[in-house]
Amino acid sequence: MPSLTYIVLIVIKVLVIYGVVVTGCAYATWLERKLLGHIQHRMGPTYVGPFGLLQPVADVVKLIFKEDVVPSQAEKVTLMVAPLIAFIPGFLAFAVVPVGPPIHIFGYDIALTISDLNIGILFILATTSLSVYGIALGGWSSGSKYSLLGGIRSSAQMISYEVAYGLSIVPILMIGGTLSLVELVNQQASIWDWYVFKNPVAFLIFWMCAVAETNRAPFDLPEAESELVAGYHTEYSSMRFSMFFIGEYANMLTASAVVATLFFGGWQGPFLPGPWWLVIKVIVFMVFYIWFRATFPRLRYDQLMDVGWKVLFPLALLNVLVTGIILYVF
Amino acid sequence: MWREFWNIVKTTLIALPVGLYTTIRYLFKRPVTKQYPRVKYDMMPRYRGLHYLERYDDGTERCVCCGLCAAACPADAIYMEPAENEKGERYAKVYEINEIRCIFCGFCEEACPEEAIFLGHEFEFSADSRDKFIYTKDDLLVPHPRKDRPYKTIFRRTRRYY
Repeated sequence: MPSLTYIVLIVIKVLVIYGVVVTGCAYATWLERKLLGHIQHRMGPTYVGPFGLLQPVADVVKLIFKEDVVPSQAEKVTLMVAPLIAFIPGFLAFAVVPVGPPIHIFGYDIALTISDLNIGILFILATTSLSVYGIALGGWSSGSKYSLLGGIRSSAQMISYEVAYGLSIVPILMIGGTLSLVELVNQQASIWDWYVFKNPVAFLIFWMCAVAETNRAPFDLPEAESELVAGYHTEYSSMRFSMFFIGEYANMLTASAVVATLFFGGWQGPFLPGPWWLVIKVIVFMVFYIWFRATFPRLRYDQLMDVGWKVLFPLALLNVLVTGIILYVF
Repeated sequence: MWREFWNIVKTTLIALPVGLYTTIRYLFKRPVTKQYPRVKYDMMPRYRGLHYLERYDDGTERCVCCGLCAAACPADAIYMEPAENEKGERYAKVYEINEIRCIFCGFCEEACPEEAIFLGHEFEFSADSRDKFIYTKDDLLVPHPRKDRPYKTIFRRTRRYY
């Protein structure tokens, strides 16, 4: 029976980690607007606070006070539940990401991960795939053709990329011999042990699939502004829209954290305490997300399928085979 | 098949990084944004904005109400009525420019023999009523002790060639 102190410590840990993640989501929007602006020779937000740093706060206040429009043709219940389904999995997946080494406090060893599952990677694959239900249901229940097309595209895209997404991690598991993220991070203590150097192909496939999985440009077919108005969230407004929005950014943060954990040594790094290294690495990958969005044009629907099934999937299989042979020979 | 494979490799390993490099270069350049409502910028020297009627250095009006500006005006935006002052000099009793009709071509400025009318750099003169765009002499004449800059020099006294 764990003592009260232990439970309180766990609750504090959960609150702190999710507090940081939610704040990170808010400031990811700021970072995106600022970086995208400067890449396009603009300033980005400058009015609210120094460097526009209070812009996320202003955005949230605006979104809360907006009218929550429910279309008359919509399936009401599904319409209301769908944003939640899209919103939660991104945060849920963060539960297994180790944010630092175990700390010793009040006589207890507290692991700096919300839950050290021994099937951590499978948990991440399962939860991040769940958010597509929110998008597909939201698109279908809006009763609008644009939303429906966005939802259908999202599910089709998810199916094409999920396979390569899962398969690209298999070589890492073969090398590491474990499914637990905490174990995998411990194996990457020095920079030469980072899995990105041991298997760069797996990293490239995983990163491409992660971008596709989070519906970001150049794979932002579900919300394709130029074709589908706003895709699956065309009919959403107010906080329901912002739930989709925050969900997308939470998914990006989680994907960045997972890439950092699997391939770039997670919280391992010199000089700074563990969590700071994870934050730095996550920011780097967020910058890459935004950079991709500023650079690459959106893929066509058939090109997306081509890349998913004809390139990434065979490449991931080949990668598994080659890694297996190398591991068996040496 | 190998050709296709090579194309894919070429795209991912060469073309995509080149594209990324192209966009990231702009991150380190100064944005071209002008912070207009917060920071006011000087217009170009020959910008044609709101008209003004210039004075001589002693404060008397230059305009003699000859009507050449109204004659030159392609939009027919200028209306004037002449009068004589106590010294017997001709001056404009009424001088009105309809700034909605005006096309800011600057012909009035070129036609003026007395160098009295100029097109200034002011461009923020929107209003909520059409009547407010009929600028009378009170609006157009520059205030007498002019503070921000001296009255314009009169070229016809200095220049030789036209």
